[in-house]
Amino acid sequence: MLTMTGVCAFVSVSVLFLILGYLVVHGGTSVDWNFFTKLPAPVGETGGGMANAIVGSGKLLLLATLFGVPIGFLGAIYLAEFSGSKMGFVVRYAADLLNGVPSIVIGIFAYALAVLPFKHFSTLAGGFALGLMMIPITLRSTEEFLRSVPVALREGAMALGASKWKTIATVIVPAAYRGILTAVLLAFARVAGETAPLLFTALGNRYWSPGWNQPTASLPTMIYSYALSPYEDWHRQAWAAGLVLLGLILVINIVARGILSRGISASRS
Amino acid sequence: MHASVRPAVSVNIPPTTVTSTVSRDSAAALSMRMTISKVNFYYGSKQSLFDISMGIATNKVTALIGPSGCGKSTLLRTLNRMHETISNARLEGEIQLDGQDILKQDVTAHRRRVGMVFQRPNPFPKSIFDNVAYGLRINGSKAPIAESVEKSLRHAALWDEVKDHLHKSAYELSGGQQQRLCIARALAVEPEVLLLDEPCSALDPISTAKIEELLVQLKDLCTIVIVTHNMQQAARVSDFTAFLLVGQLIEFSPTPQLFTTPGDPRTEAYITGRFG
Repeated sequence: MLTMTGVCAFVSVSVLFLILGYLVVHGGTSVDWNFFTKLPAPVGETGGGMANAIVGSGKLLLLATLFGVPIGFLGAIYLAEFSGSKMGFVVRYAADLLNGVPSIVIGIFAYALAVLPFKHFSTLAGGFALGLMMIPITLRSTEEFLRSVPVALREGAMALGASKWKTIATVIVPAAYRGILTAVLLAFARVAGETAPLLFTALGNRYWSPGWNQPTASLPTMIYSYALSPYEDWHRQAWAAGLVLLGLILVINIVARGILSRGISASRS
Repeated sequence: MHASVRPAVSVNIPPTTVTSTVSRDSAAALSMRMTISKVNFYYGSKQSLFDISMGIATNKVTALIGPSGCGKSTLLRTLNRMHETISNARLEGEIQLDGQDILKQDVTAHRRRVGMVFQRPNPFPKSIFDNVAYGLRINGSKAPIAESVEKSLRHAALWDEVKDHLHKSAYELSGGQQQRLCIARALAVEPEVLLLDEPCSALDPISTAKIEELLVQLKDLCTIVIVTHNMQQAARVSDFTAFLLVGQLIEFSPTPQLFTTPGDPRTEAYITGRFG
């Protein structure tokens, strides 16, 4: 039995390294300067890159963060500081359900709300869909970090004549900011690789997408369409895009953990 | 605890007598910074203070003693309305500060006048300087902040130890220093009354001695109320001592009198260590 559990533990760890290794083998050689700077080559030609998809993913994630993080953050303040137990239960439960909604359903919802009325796909709609997914993740983890601020600190501020809002703004949020920053980064990493919500919202684009109102390319949708294509050269680039995306997510995760562990050691010393 | 039913225990010295005893025994006529009249206090339906009346003499140290759960911390917290942070807490009766009903004042303004130091040091995760300056900044004080910070740290007998690293994190200080920092932080807003809730219970004997020494000096600056489970501490630092038992004020006298000739057998039993 011990051997069984050990093997299972080993398998769960090795899956990550297997994926990483596979991506490096297949995509490693294709991650070159062209990949980051060139537009996709016309169909039939080899070469080209994914510059537009990298910029597109950046724009989508920026919008998603601007939309999802403030809502999740302020909602978490309400949950942690103001809500009664009943209201808190309802909001928390709803957030957990929203977190569990399949991303394709989020995509359809965003399509109905942000694409159909305007009759075209857009960066805005894609950012909206990803932002929706960021709300519950930011909300729940920010709430946890706000709650972990000791009651003694709140009382200390209030005993000095700070109002509830001043206490939150000047003591509680600053005491929890490393945790909140980590939560935001993890939410960001979580949606960075989402494909389904973008299929009917940002769609995809083989060219630059000026402004915010046009369909845009993004790394996940690029991987999706390139991997399904019949061209060997596109398969190679899909692997490369996968490697870049996974690398980005890994880096964000490591940075987030670094921020958090430094925060904990600072407050304990 | 019998909820909401007042136990039939007679309080030997009625509050009115208490005050007159206090006045008689002190040479100068005492002015009362705060008066507590007929205070009953409930957590939900559980009553934890029964008909408490007493005065807090200006520029004196008043100690509240009694066994765990006797309501001494609860009584202390009502004085700056910290009990209002608990959702089902309810206070009946009247508490006055300088003749005004504190429950009718703006709560944040009131807490500026009645500062509080807690059982465990609770500095903010900020620099030493910012901790002391906190109260001044949030209240939009016009006073020059650096001067007030220095003055408060001197009053808290911490200045010489920290003056060269005011911008270090408050967490780098020892426990005793942190507690004195919390005292400095409370003093910075120049409160009229300083409440201390077992301020030495988490500290070593040397830090405790420093804080006790400090309290005796601070009473020229403000009126002090201290909760302590340590009777020797009450005897050392306070001018008046109130003994509470299961939510009732059993005895309130000048400290020497309470410890040498207690008027109630329960006080005597407690101070001689027969329970508690």
